[in-house]
Amino acid sequence: MIQLYNVSKKYPNEVQALNDITLHIKKGEFVFLVGPSGAGKSTLTKLICREELPSRGQAIVNGRSLLRMKNREVPYLRRKMGMVYQDFRLIPNKTVFENVAFAMEITGASRKEIKQAVPAVLRMVGMETKINMLPAQLSGGEQQRTAVARAIVNNPVLILADEPTGNLDPDTSWELMKLFMNINRRGTTILMSTHAWDIVDDMKKRVIKLENGVIVRDEESGVYGHDH
Amino acid sequence: MVLLSGTKKVGFTVMIINTIIYYFREAATSLIRNAWLTVASMGTIIISLLILGSSVLLVLNVRQIASDLESSLEITVFMEDGLEQERLDELREEIKFVPGVIVVNFITKEQALENLKESFGDKADLLAGLEDDNPLPNSYTVKTREAKLVPEAARQLEKLEGVEQVRYGQGVVEKLLALTHWVRIWGSLSLLVLGVAAVLLIATTIRMSVFARRREIGIMKMLGATNIFVRMPFMLEGMIIGLTGGLVAVLIINFGYLSLLNKVMLALPFIQLVDDPVSIYRVLGGLLGAGLVIGTLGSTISLRRFLRV
Ligand SMILES: Nc1ncnc2c1ncn2[C@@H]1O[C@H](COP(=O)(O)OP(=O)(O)O)[C@@H](O)[C@H]1O
Ligand SMILES: [Mg+2]
Repeated sequence: MIQLYNVSKKYPNEVQALNDITLHIKKGEFVFLVGPSGAGKSTLTKLICREELPSRGQAIVNGRSLLRMKNREVPYLRRKMGMVYQDFRLIPNKTVFENVAFAMEITGASRKEIKQAVPAVLRMVGMETKINMLPAQLSGGEQQRTAVARAIVNNPVLILADEPTGNLDPDTSWELMKLFMNINRRGTTILMSTHAWDIVDDMKKRVIKLENGVIVRDEESGVYGHDH
Repeated sequence: MVLLSGTKKVGFTVMIINTIIYYFREAATSLIRNAWLTVASMGTIIISLLILGSSVLLVLNVRQIASDLESSLEITVFMEDGLEQERLDELREEIKFVPGVIVVNFITKEQALENLKESFGDKADLLAGLEDDNPLPNSYTVKTREAKLVPEAARQLEKLEGVEQVRYGQGVVEKLLALTHWVRIWGSLSLLVLGVAAVLLIATTIRMSVFARRREIGIMKMLGATNIFVRMPFMLEGMIIGLTGGLVAVLIINFGYLSLLNKVMLALPFIQLVDDPVSIYRVLGGLLGAGLVIGTLGSTISLRRFLRV
């Protein structure tokens, strides 16, 4: 699903955010990305969705080379992945239903397809009773559930989640994590950066640890580490 | 299989219609959100197009009046000096032979000087001494059967042997045409200034819309929206402003000009203004097109600058 070969990223301001990263993530894996702030987790996520380009190395996502991909092909890459961020990124003047439907409208889906798919995913994330509410009327956990529904409504092969529980309390975080596990069980690859050490330790998934732009640890059934 | 591709086709059409509805809804939302800027840029477009429209109509009319005037006047044919009387008589016959010519009067050098003295009145002594070496040429004054035959007749007369110069219109035509020249220069200048202002105002309006929606644009890109999908509502916004401005200008000019036509027809029946529908509709259509171009240009500039996708 994701293959990075000696990838480095230097921002225009000379910050070396990633340094010589080689990394393989197979289809269906659930991978945690951990490490201190500024380690380069967000940068790695941005490379994979081609928001940023690597300064060096090769990057292949879903069988396509990101460096050789043309700008106009990027939207179609992104439709194959769902993104979830700490700050939810919902459109404030759209309801729960409309926010999720929007992801489908963008791809040119018909009303009929939207009317079928949106309620189904909202039921799956447990938001079926709040379909007509605006984001401001929801709790953080509910907003993030809506964002997750939006991320999966187009049946992506990959979910990129950048600190999805960063703004949620521990109980809500756990609820959300169960949701991600369900999604992963259906075969969707998940790459999630997080600071939630207790969840990482408990879930016993693959853990990749970054520090100063370098992979310092990559183990199956890993733990968060000692530095929390 | 056939059935499947059939439903796919219907699905595709529905998808395009949905997308178009989406574009218009988003454009309308932005236009309302920035109501004041929308009104300001529309107003500037209207004023520019009013100037453009009235300049064009003014020029068209002055040209038409000039050519009417040109045709209603008699032609003066100046002879070369030193022609034999025989040749002068021959020329009279040749002039009569030019199509459309009905009256020919010979005016000798001496008569011409007399006429000039008369026009000088009590300052005629200024011309004293000219009798000895009269610089004025012999001439024929020519009238045509119909006013509109004048220009062609004048062209034919110019070709005759022994003719030095052919004149008609006595400078009025030239003055009128000079007027159209100034109208064109000042019209183009103010149009340029206002046109640029209109384009910039639209660009600012679009920029505000982009700014108001920058978060939304980010989300759209995250969800895999194509550039066209992101840009189209903003493009449409400029085009709607331009077209609406154009439409208002067209309506104002249309009714304004029609009432002018009526008034002139009553008050100055001898003046024939441009009133054929084809010419008028061409001007109005041009205005509408200009509005659209201004709007599209404003959007394009703004998106180039502020929406790098
Ligand atoms: N757009 C950017 N321009 C310049 N430097 C950046 C940019 N984004 C991140 N950085 C820098 O790159 C480094 C890695 O940042 P980031 O990937 O956000 O780390 P993390 O998500 O692990 O906290 C940091 O030093 C950060 O300041
Ligand atoms: Mg980060």
